[in-house]
Amino acid sequence: MPRFLSSRPDSRLIPLPWELPLAEWPTSQLVALPRGISRHVVRFIKVGSSVYAAKEVIEDMALHEFRLLSELHRAGTPAVEPLAVVTGRLSQDGEPLDPVLVTRHLQFSLPYRSLFAQGVRPETVSRLLDAMVLLLARLHLVGFMWRDVSLSNVLFLRDAGEFAAYLVDAETGEIHPHLTDGQRAHDLEIATVNLFGEFCDLEAGNMLDSSLNPQRLVDSILARYRELWAELTGAEEFADTEAFRIEKRVRRLNALGFDVAELAIETSADGNRIRIEPKVVDAGHHSRRLLRLTGLDVEENQARRLLNDLDTFRARQGSSNADEPVLAHQWLTECFQPVVEAVPKELRGKREAAQVYHEVLDYRWYASQREHREVPLLEATHGYIRDVLSELPDEKIAAAPGVIDGRELANPYDPSHGFIDEDEGPMPIDPWEDAATAEPATPTGFLDIAALRARQQDAP
Amino acid sequence: MATVTFKGATRIYPGSDHPAVDSLDLEIGDGEFMVLVGPSGCGKSTSLRMLAGLEEVNAGKIFIGDRDVTDLPPKDRDIAMVFQNYALYPHMTVADNMGFALRMAGVPKAERDVRVMEAAKLLGLEEYLNRKPKALSGGQRQRVAMGRAIVRQPQVFLMDEPLSNLDAKLRVSTRTQIAALQQRLGVTTVYVTHDQIEAMTMGHRVAVMKDGILQQVDSPLSLYDKPNNLFVAGFIGSPAMNLMEGAVTEGGVRIGDYVLPVAREVLAKAPSEETLTVGIRPENLTIAEKGFDIDVDLVEELGADGYLYGTLSGLSEDEKAHAQQIVARISTRTAPQRGSSIKLAATDPATVHVFSGKTQERISG
Repeated sequence: MPRFLSSRPDSRLIPLPWELPLAEWPTSQLVALPRGISRHVVRFIKVGSSVYAAKEVIEDMALHEFRLLSELHRAGTPAVEPLAVVTGRLSQDGEPLDPVLVTRHLQFSLPYRSLFAQGVRPETVSRLLDAMVLLLARLHLVGFMWRDVSLSNVLFLRDAGEFAAYLVDAETGEIHPHLTDGQRAHDLEIATVNLFGEFCDLEAGNMLDSSLNPQRLVDSILARYRELWAELTGAEEFADTEAFRIEKRVRRLNALGFDVAELAIETSADGNRIRIEPKVVDAGHHSRRLLRLTGLDVEENQARRLLNDLDTFRARQGSSNADEPVLAHQWLTECFQPVVEAVPKELRGKREAAQVYHEVLDYRWYASQREHREVPLLEATHGYIRDVLSELPDEKIAAAPGVIDGRELANPYDPSHGFIDEDEGPMPIDPWEDAATAEPATPTGFLDIAALRARQQDAP
Repeated sequence: MATVTFKGATRIYPGSDHPAVDSLDLEIGDGEFMVLVGPSGCGKSTSLRMLAGLEEVNAGKIFIGDRDVTDLPPKDRDIAMVFQNYALYPHMTVADNMGFALRMAGVPKAERDVRVMEAAKLLGLEEYLNRKPKALSGGQRQRVAMGRAIVRQPQVFLMDEPLSNLDAKLRVSTRTQIAALQQRLGVTTVYVTHDQIEAMTMGHRVAVMKDGILQQVDSPLSLYDKPNNLFVAGFIGSPAMNLMEGAVTEGGVRIGDYVLPVAREVLAKAPSEETLTVGIRPENLTIAEKGFDIDVDLVEELGADGYLYGTLSGLSEDEKAHAQQIVARISTRTAPQRGSSIKLAATDPATVHVFSGKTQERISG
């Protein structure tokens, strides 16, 4: 009987066909969603109206990852939400099967392969790398050494004009009280090697814009990370006449989306020099403020955009002294909600509400420029729905691209199986595989000291 | 290729009052396969990571060859962490999957091809070089991942519990393949595992650690035959060595009603101690007319031989609850019944290990 370890039990998991290896689950239980490549069997499974991701992996790793993801989730780090580990699985003939780690599928998320399969402009690649670097820095701030940093282990969400990156694979990760420079450098080294490999793979699959060069792309990761890390954690020293630089630093951090929870300020013995060093910074400066004011829980850049719109709204009302929460509520009911509710139900799977609002604001700006008049919000909304939204693909649960660059995938549930037209003929004979099969099926748990002695005697 | 030397290397985690690794002195020979083994929290992974540059060294030094690498960033140490990335890229050939990191390092194409071919020959993958990886088995994927490290031609390979995420079957075959490959490549290798069987079957030498302190570094057989202290004696070997505490008497150590013979010169090494711990490996115990009394709990048959599990007779209920199980390797032809009482003795007095109760150090020869 399978056992379920879960912090949020979902009884709908129980009747699933756990006695089958994940690779053999009936397609009626599966959803073909775009995803990265994994060394394990990974499938998206339908559970009622929800979609979960399931990964078959040995018990230690499954439990380790479940706990790490839970911890990251609690710390508010962008990571997928773990739901359960299913252990004690037996096949129909009684053979043990590896446990399955179940996580919640992140709605509206885009794996890099599906983005690239649709064709990605060079500036978009740059935004994806920014999101990736920001995620890595945020993980490092909470002491998480990832070790398997790669595009395959990340999901991207649209975040106004940018992207937000979420961690989806914590298998190799570790949480430490504090990461050393070496640990961070190690993660960066892995990141550059893995991303270089992934870009080369996209290049080999004709999915990388020919103007992009894998080498230059990964070189830029290092520079971006170092710059961000220095801003988030670096010490700064200046003369006491420049005390305004304290405020300036805090503002720069806010602009990057971080709040300063602790800032160490030291003055030199003679009082002429000031040294500041951010000790604790928390991501989510704008999203926390928006959440507090309106109850909307959105990504950081979406929040920044919405807050700007809220400021404009306030200015227009001419009520800069009015109570902020009251104004925010007014904005929510007079601006945000009417736009969101104007989207017909059948189009709501294309973009998240906050993203729709951001895109409507963009649409209105361009329309106003074009028509030399202030286009009203609702008019812009209808124009946007007609001209833009209705043409977009569904992204709430994006269909996996079964065909990439005119070629059909061998297995729509797993991109690592390559294309259907790639018949390379029979596999060559592999003596190593035969030797491996000759090994005992399972370790006996006994140390064969006699064999060790015999080997020692044979050795020269 | 190079030697690796830890000189008093120490790592103290911030906020901790005792070192995770306490002045580690360890010299690893050129081309040697060194395994660091010990229970969780013993400092083995921390030691490897100090060598890799992932952990700061708070005191002492680390050398690769003659080069002091103590303060070098990881990428400048000329080491390769094997199996750290083994995602295979579906649109790239096996050859490109093995050699892509060389392309990133700016190695010219001709040289990349040579190195990839050499590695493929070593790994039995030549026939697969121009294929896509989609049809490869789990074991073949492991070999491509090994190939990625081999083509880099580093001075030292580092492996941190590399088999821990493999299933049991693949673990055993990959273990054999790694050991054979290392032998052929002759690259200095430092390998960390918590599994003493893995350590004993793979390493040229094995370093046993506990609580941040190196307990013993020796060949697998020396560790087995001459453990330095009680910890190593109990840790190495499976089933474990039988360890029994007894009072020192004339001619030996008393176990129950039986005096286990211990040479006078051995007893003389711990003149002030009233009790000593004796250790006998399961294969060095035999059923005898004179010996210590055992109540047989279980006999496990493994072909012609088997293991007998029992407890010392004559113990109070309280003592029984804490008593170590006694294990003996016996011939199943003469196996006693469960529940019966028998006597066990050492096959040869030379196979009896004696440890000081005070220092826990070995005092027998």
